[in-house]
Amino acid sequence: MTFNIHGGYLEAIVRGYRAGLLTAADYNNLCQCETLDDIKMHLSATEYGPYLQNEPSPLHTTTIVEKCTLKLVDEYKHMLCQATEPLSTFLEYITYGHMIDNVVLIVTGTLHERDVQELLEKCHPLGMFDSIATLAVAQNMRELYRLVLVDTPLAPYFSECITSEDLDDMNIEIMRNTLYKAYLEDFYKFCQKLGGATAEIMSDLLAFEADRRAVNITINSIGTELTRDDRRKLYSNFGLLYPYGHEELAVCEDIDQVRGVMEKYPPYQSIFSKLSYGESQMLDKAFYEEEVKRLCLAFEQQFHYGVFFAYMRLREQEIRNLMWISECVAQNQKSRVHDSVVFIF
Amino acid sequence: MDRFIDDLPPMDLMRSEKMMFVQLIIPVESAQRAVSYLGELGLLQFRDLNSDKSPFQRTFVNQVKRCGEMSRKLRFFKEQINKAGLQSSVHPVSGPDLDLEELEIQLAEHEHELIETNSNSEKLRQTYNELLEFKMVLQKAGGFLVSSNGHAVAEETELSENVYSMNDYADTASLLEQDIRAGPSNQSGLRFISGIICKSKVLRFERMLFRATRGNMLFNQAPADEEIMDPVTAEMVEKTIFVVFFSGEQARTKILKICEAFGANCYPVSEDLTKQRQIIREVLSRLSELEATLDAGIRHRNKALTSIGFHLTKWMNMVRREKAVYDTLNMLNFDVTKKCLVGEGWCPIFAKAQIQEVLQRATFDSNSQVGTIFHVMDSMESPPTYFRTNRFTNAFQEIVDAYGVARYQEANPAVYAVITFPFLFAVMFGDWGHGICLLLGALVLIAQERKLSNQMNLGIILSYFDARFFGSSLDIRQESEVILYLGARYQFVPQLIFLNSLFGYLSLLIIIKWCTGSQADLYHILLLLLATVAVPWMLFPKPFILRKLHTERFQGRTYGILGTSEMDLEVEPDSARQHHEDFNFSEIFVHQMIHSIEFVLGAVSNTASYLRLWALSLAHSELSTVFYEKVLLLAWGYDNLVIRLVGLAVFAFATAFILLMMETLSAFLHALRLHWVEFQNKFYHGDGYKFRPFSFALINDEED
Repeated sequence: MTFNIHGGYLEAIVRGYRAGLLTAADYNNLCQCETLDDIKMHLSATEYGPYLQNEPSPLHTTTIVEKCTLKLVDEYKHMLCQATEPLSTFLEYITYGHMIDNVVLIVTGTLHERDVQELLEKCHPLGMFDSIATLAVAQNMRELYRLVLVDTPLAPYFSECITSEDLDDMNIEIMRNTLYKAYLEDFYKFCQKLGGATAEIMSDLLAFEADRRAVNITINSIGTELTRDDRRKLYSNFGLLYPYGHEELAVCEDIDQVRGVMEKYPPYQSIFSKLSYGESQMLDKAFYEEEVKRLCLAFEQQFHYGVFFAYMRLREQEIRNLMWISECVAQNQKSRVHDSVVFIF
Repeated sequence: MDRFIDDLPPMDLMRSEKMMFVQLIIPVESAQRAVSYLGELGLLQFRDLNSDKSPFQRTFVNQVKRCGEMSRKLRFFKEQINKAGLQSSVHPVSGPDLDLEELEIQLAEHEHELIETNSNSEKLRQTYNELLEFKMVLQKAGGFLVSSNGHAVAEETELSENVYSMNDYADTASLLEQDIRAGPSNQSGLRFISGIICKSKVLRFERMLFRATRGNMLFNQAPADEEIMDPVTAEMVEKTIFVVFFSGEQARTKILKICEAFGANCYPVSEDLTKQRQIIREVLSRLSELEATLDAGIRHRNKALTSIGFHLTKWMNMVRREKAVYDTLNMLNFDVTKKCLVGEGWCPIFAKAQIQEVLQRATFDSNSQVGTIFHVMDSMESPPTYFRTNRFTNAFQEIVDAYGVARYQEANPAVYAVITFPFLFAVMFGDWGHGICLLLGALVLIAQERKLSNQMNLGIILSYFDARFFGSSLDIRQESEVILYLGARYQFVPQLIFLNSLFGYLSLLIIIKWCTGSQADLYHILLLLLATVAVPWMLFPKPFILRKLHTERFQGRTYGILGTSEMDLEVEPDSARQHHEDFNFSEIFVHQMIHSIEFVLGAVSNTASYLRLWALSLAHSELSTVFYEKVLLLAWGYDNLVIRLVGLAVFAFATAFILLMMETLSAFLHALRLHWVEFQNKFYHGDGYKFRPFSFALINDEED
């Protein structure tokens, strides 16, 4: 019960932040907006107000998303400044996922000869590290590691994918998934080490994340050259599906087989039962909904770090929602506005 | 009896103002004017009739948006003015009165102009920075080249062959466009790239270069002499000049990429000294030209900003007002014909005439043919609480409000607090010597009131707390008069008897003792009995009578007063109140029991709580004695000037910070507690909500 000495203040802060998440009523109002200005106006009554108030009027979706992300980043930085060990490490772990995404974004971008500055603007600010722009110099994985990533926290995750092959789309994607796998396993181990309610709640959340990735990898790799063994190697070594589910997923040839595998697991049965056969479009949303539900549950317990993870994820989901709504409004496709919005409360 | 009460002079502060619920029907053409006049008057609280609509579904959303846009522009101007280090004049200049449209056009013009000059000067600044950097690189890097060449010649003659030539830089005008073309001539040997980079990034930059070239490079650096202004953030940045020596074409592309990634600007430097000097000369002359242009640009901009600054405060006030007016108009409903706006709200009864006068004036001023209809309505909601306070009573009212805003027409504890708060404070502070110091301090504050009133005051802090922690505008209406009646007879009367027979008696004895100096023994057995009887009296009858009433009603024989309240509820079913008629006897009984026990125990413990009066004053006097005897007198005992001075200093410090400041705080805090807890929980509900009229004065206060 010494949690509050170091974590009490920040837990209070994060719970306060959570109270600022948009509610279903907010989303309903947002969905009725006619223009982006309406969205701005509505958001100005929420916690996003100060971030949007100085934007000149013809708004773009990117501006809204950028400013909303900025708010999240500010909050994150504030918490990180206040945090002590081991919470600060925990908070840093949260950003590694974004780091991996950014690395992949830059590397793919350079491969397709995009401008580095342009790519940097697209990177998630939480996943920035000092020498990120230098990634463009690297020609293959080995160089990538040796030049840049050895300084970043991602370095240990690289041990499995150092090859001298030139980079191409396929092995970048494999690299992303290998990194992600290593990251999730490391994070999982770290949470287990912390013990207590943190371990309990985070193992549940991370297991869900790992399983979702496993399913996504399977579905995305159907019909590609990826061998079964390679596919099997990309699954994280924990989670509900580990190890038997992985064996079965590794041999799946189409979506219905995946479904067959997943329906054996009660928590995922409900997700798949919502989808009609042969459909994978709505799977993402179903997974997001389930994730949001689980994240919200993390707030039901006290004295653990899961709330920080949950809060960051919920905000990210909220920003995704806002982006979708703004896009729909901007492109005048309001009929599709509900397709991808996941209500948080 | 009633007559007598009515004849008494009105107790403004004891009961809150009598309020009335009014409906306004304003013709559209005069609506804006009428509302803005009402805002100037500031005595009418509008009710939001469109609370189910989101902000952008309301009628005047476009106007609100325009106001928001204008205030954004004004904030932009303000920021620019502050950035330029100018002062926006506090006293607004009386210029021609603009209407909103004109202002909007003006603001747009100003903004456009400002943005244009800014982008121009930013471009200039960029060029200027580049030239400045180039100059520094030339000066420093030239030094490296000379020394490294000399070094190289001494050690390895091979190096001297690899002279970096820059034949193609004759045209200095295109210097910067060409940026860098490191060593086009010599493919095999040692070449170099020179440039400038932020000081904070140097270490990482060097490490990265080392890794990328596998150590086959030489890195030289020197700090820049001048700081360079970052055009985006307008901050001064320290920079470092570097020269990298390397060999090979591949290394070159890598290094250039790394430079780009680190935001390092590369500039070519000729190794030929004469050429170098020539380039430096040209750069210097261009720099001075640019400087002149930049200065002219800044002067121009500052002039524009100053002229904006003259009007800024006035414009801001105007836009704020307009926005408030439209926000209020958005709370009104259109009537069926769409020609009138219907508004509802609360106002104090005394303000009726003023409001009517103002509405008439608005009708007249906007040449409307139809006047505004203003009539009183009945409302189910309990009215807001409004006390007319002055500067003196306001402080005490805020103290009470911080605990809870009085129910409508509830007895206001602030009346007593005006006397008792200073009294209890003084009892606890209990030292007239220090009291005089405090008084002097207070007098200084009062003398400077005007100056300080712009800053925070206690009232604001307290009302902030109020908004934060206690602010809850409950919509509680007295359940029915029956409950009130029951409450009076079976709760208030026994409570009164209990309290007076024990503690009232105690006080009486004390006073008798003061007057006569002897112990008195009045009928205390009788009083004790009375108190004992009062306890079951306040506990049992109320729940049982409530049950009886309830069963009676269920049998169809509606109890008069309860019945009407039922009907009222049916008349307005959409009201926020969901009156649950679930009657649960055990719950009510337990509730009543808790109340009774709380009261009886509270009577004892709260009385004991007043002991803090004695404890604090004792502590204060003891502390003062300690400091006086153990510090001042002790030090004075020595015949040494230094010790005496030290003793005096310690004594003065302790008096000022501990006895005056800390003790003031603690006495204030305890006085606050004695009022909030011990005094107010005996009778004060404090569950009303404050009267917040639509008023420009209040809006301005909030913004400031």
